[in-house]
Amino acid sequence: MKLIIAIIQPEKLDEVRQALVDRDISRVTVSRVTGHGQQQDIDLYRGQEITPDLLPKTRIEVAVNDAFVEPAIDAIIQAARDSDSGKIGDGKIFVVPLEQCIRIRTGERGGEAI
Amino acid sequence: MSLQSNSLGKDWRRIVSRMSGLALLGLLATNVYAQDTGELVGTVAEVAPDPIDHATTVWMLISTGLVLLMIPGLAMFYGGLVRTKNVLGTMMHSFAAMAVIGVIWAVCGYAMTFGSTQFVVNDIGGLIGWDSRMFMLMGVDKAIMPDTNIPELVFAMFQGKFAIITPALIAGAFAERVRFRGYCVFIALWSLLIYNPLAHWIWGGGFLTGKAIDFAGGTVIHISAGVAGLVAAIYLGPRRGYPKSAMHPNNLVMTLMGAGLLWVGWFGFNAGSSVSSGLQTAQALTVTQISAATGALVWMIIEGFHLKKGTSLGFVSGMLAGLVAITPAAGDVHPAGAVALGTLGAIICYMAVILKSKIGYDDTLDVFGIHGVAGIVGALALTFFLRDVPEHGIATQFWYQLEGVIVSAVYSAVVTLILLVIVEKTVGLKLSDQGEMAGMDHDQHGEHGYGLLNLN
Repeated sequence: MKLIIAIIQPEKLDEVRQALVDRDISRVTVSRVTGHGQQQDIDLYRGQEITPDLLPKTRIEVAVNDAFVEPAIDAIIQAARDSDSGKIGDGKIFVVPLEQCIRIRTGERGGEAI
Repeated sequence: MSLQSNSLGKDWRRIVSRMSGLALLGLLATNVYAQDTGELVGTVAEVAPDPIDHATTVWMLISTGLVLLMIPGLAMFYGGLVRTKNVLGTMMHSFAAMAVIGVIWAVCGYAMTFGSTQFVVNDIGGLIGWDSRMFMLMGVDKAIMPDTNIPELVFAMFQGKFAIITPALIAGAFAERVRFRGYCVFIALWSLLIYNPLAHWIWGGGFLTGKAIDFAGGTVIHISAGVAGLVAAIYLGPRRGYPKSAMHPNNLVMTLMGAGLLWVGWFGFNAGSSVSSGLQTAQALTVTQISAATGALVWMIIEGFHLKKGTSLGFVSGMLAGLVAITPAAGDVHPAGAVALGTLGAIICYMAVILKSKIGYDDTLDVFGIHGVAGIVGALALTFFLRDVPEHGIATQFWYQLEGVIVSAVYSAVVTLILLVIVEKTVGLKLSDQGEMAGMDHDQHGEHGYGLLNLN
């Protein structure tokens, strides 16, 4: 079992969710975060482009069984990358080992519970 | 409301000559004025009666402000109901109308609506108004309206607010899926080709003037906008994922505040439409209050039985249904009629909204379900609650009402469809799939509405 954590552009959230659902990965946790990367902000405030220190990002967490790790990574890369060439600020994916997973309702553990 | 254009005989050349006179010495200016009016210089000792009815003017100025307040109110109402990523884009739809129609109305909208009627067929009234003195409001500058004794500019600005809010209402039907540029072109054309002619037909001296009762715009505004919304929602198709995925309102608190502004603003909308400051104003204001309260209460009761819970969105929906239903009737029915219209409006709109989800078209914020349906209910049902039964009898009046409803619904539907096709093929109206997923705020405006708030 792995926990996949992806930091992506907020406007790509819907596309990423759709791509994950297309590969039968439908359980995700999403949160709004701010972060610091190489990207410069592209928002316009009254015609002035400004560069804040911290930029809004979206964080997606997906817990998956081993067979789904690569499909999930593919899906996120494909959907979150800007056009085809990619752009600074598209985000990052972290994959970390997952020790245990327990469904609260039933008490199931491990791969069954994911 | 059915005010004919006055003919003070001041065409714009004369105004220009007078203004150039003012640029000279004061004495010379007096001379020019004296020549214009044919009076002898030096006989101004007699104090002329004040031509302006100040009480009415004050109320009309306040009403103008109240109706303008409804547009930010509508922006908040609609803005709160969409998803987070579309909040600014949706609010901008209302604000854009203030700018686009605000200019169009001054340039030619007022002339097209309240100018003397043109293309008259069989003496029943014409198809469109036009008066060159009203172009750019030039000749209106110093005019006092003969029958209401208010400056004509006040009337022109008051009516301009109605012209602004009508296309803004339509935006709710295709919320979350249109391009901003296409939307601006669409409302400009819609205002020129649908609102101005319709308002002229019913209020400005056109062929429905004096037949269908439409006190403050049930037919002209709510039915035309509701039907246009229905056509646009069907033509543009549903949003991505509708109706399978849940699309929750991002901020119902803002929706409730907007609804509050709409209720308050509606006093200007209805009571201002009496263009007076007297008995009829009070009557219009009273029934507006009663019908809004009845609509909200009835919707609560229905929800109580149907869902076992009264929702805040249900409250404001019922309130709007009551307000829309009383709009065409405001000056002409008793308070008992207001209770009846509010009740009917809420019940029938409740069914219309349920029916929408059964049929499956995506009228995002129920523009047709509330404005269109309640507008039709109000326009037809008011016949049976009139304070003074017209001489030609109730049956004939009902036919006039039906005629008004059918004409505005059919005209609005047909021309809206034509405009949608034209705008879609030229500027582009429907947002791309990617734009829709990213949200209008990012895709169309390069901004986002909230900081670290709810994500959906």
